[in-house]
Amino acid sequence: MTAVETAARKAAAGLLGRPDIAIVSRLVEPGSKVLDLGCGDGALLAWLVEHKQVEARGVEISPECVRRSIAQGLPVYQGDIDKGLADYPDQCFDFVILSQTLQQTHRPLTVLREMLRVGRRAIVSFPNFGHWSMRLSMLVSGRAPKTGLFPHEWHSSPNIHFLTIQDFEELASAENLVVERCIFLSGSRSLRWRPNLLAEVAVYLVSRSGIPG
Amino acid sequence: MTVETQFAQFDSLDLDCGETLAPVTVAYETYGTLDHRQSNAILVLHAFSGDAHAAGISKESGKPGWWDNMVGPHKAFDTTKYFVISSNVLGGCRGTTGPSSLNPATGRPFGAGFPVVTIPDMVRLQQQLIRRLGIRRLLSLSGGSMGGMQALQWAVAHPEMVASAIPIASTHRHSAQQIAFNEVGRMAVMSDPDWKGGDYYGSSPPARGLSVARMIGHITYMSDLSMREKFGRRQRPKEEISNGFDVDFEVENYLRYRGGEFVSRFDANSYLYITKAMDNFDLTAGYGSLSAALGRTRARFLVVSFTSDWLYPSYQSQEIVRALRGHNLDVAYCEIESNYGHDAFLVEVGEQTELVKHFLSNTYKKVLAA
Repeated sequence: MTAVETAARKAAAGLLGRPDIAIVSRLVEPGSKVLDLGCGDGALLAWLVEHKQVEARGVEISPECVRRSIAQGLPVYQGDIDKGLADYPDQCFDFVILSQTLQQTHRPLTVLREMLRVGRRAIVSFPNFGHWSMRLSMLVSGRAPKTGLFPHEWHSSPNIHFLTIQDFEELASAENLVVERCIFLSGSRSLRWRPNLLAEVAVYLVSRSGIPG
Repeated sequence: MTVETQFAQFDSLDLDCGETLAPVTVAYETYGTLDHRQSNAILVLHAFSGDAHAAGISKESGKPGWWDNMVGPHKAFDTTKYFVISSNVLGGCRGTTGPSSLNPATGRPFGAGFPVVTIPDMVRLQQQLIRRLGIRRLLSLSGGSMGGMQALQWAVAHPEMVASAIPIASTHRHSAQQIAFNEVGRMAVMSDPDWKGGDYYGSSPPARGLSVARMIGHITYMSDLSMREKFGRRQRPKEEISNGFDVDFEVENYLRYRGGEFVSRFDANSYLYITKAMDNFDLTAGYGSLSAALGRTRARFLVVSFTSDWLYPSYQSQEIVRALRGHNLDVAYCEIESNYGHDAFLVEVGEQTELVKHFLSNTYKKVLAA
């Protein structure tokens, strides 16, 4: 095993320690075609290639992350996901993954629609702005909330479109999306009761129309 | 590692212009060892003014090759793992048949009587060489600038022979700006009275024209920032200041030096023929669109461009990548941050090494597994 492979394995182990990524990795079917938007250094894709034999593609904006992805043998394109999907033919992927990035895109709805144009299913995870700590922080401090999930100052935050689980549910319904799975997390625990108040992160598996099997 | 340029001779080569060259000589070098399955061969393709001497120390000149920092033991193109081949292009002046070669029909150099050659012609000659070396399929092809054009042409015209391609700072066809700079270079050569319609062999070559052409070239290979950092407005020593039109600034000195040095190693007619081949190159020709052309290939791609390269800007590499993505082909693309302009592909070794090395080892794994 080369140093890069060892590093990749370690990175994958660390990343898959992130509970939402662990869930994403479970939702992907073996042997499928996967596009990871904002794939970072490629740890999730590399893990999926090794353990689920997927055909992987990635898009990432940071040149350094792109280099590290390519160093792992991944076909990653350096570009902006806000405009980066137009070249792909319709329905050429089984899964399109967007993990904790929807709230950072300029046009989240366009991105979501594009994901379901190029892919049969989309896996979207996002931090829940409706979590009680967010509500409390705003109520008490009277300032843009700063919590563990949203640690940035308002002026230097990469997060530009704040959404709650309730918001996503309503959007999915307005867009006629089929929610095939939804998993709500508080820390590493998954929960079912009052997710919009109690979940820190949500992971959705959605499609345009229920795909059999 | 001392290397010696070798020569292969072929009976004939049919050209796109309808003429046939017979015979044709190719100057080439190889590094490393071909494995028993002939699965580790990589062809590296030189840019406009390069030659067959890509790596190692030339036995003849004692100089390192043009890509010596990328090709060699444990380098990006690791010659302990791969068999790397480099050849001088058709129309060149460094051992491969070109306008300065003897025309067998007249016993004199071809000069301007040399047939017009194209990038596809260059590639067909390389293909003959590859076959001669007993290789059916190349693990990879790589080159910057004009080398990248040849890599693209290979992947589209001979898809069955190409497992992967790495075009760097390149394009599928020249823009108006690229043609314009080449045209100024050609006009500089042809307006030198010593050019004599291309028939200057045996007398003094059009050194002034060729050196001006090269000076323009060097400006386009750098960037505003790299020139500011390298020269600024720095002047020559006080006692050498001319108070006239001689060399006052370091940048003038540099360009004149580069122009003069180029004349000693490059043939003016080759300058004309090769720049014209680059300008005429259009990967879409015969296919209708870039997408249709690239739809023929099944190769994996690593495409690289550089932020400050204004001669072969990143958008040209991105056009290639987008067309490949349209077919959902296996393509990686990276725009490397660099201040060096077009020269970056010869200078930015660290990041290119990281990209190329792992891309190749992954491709090799896939080829061996298939």
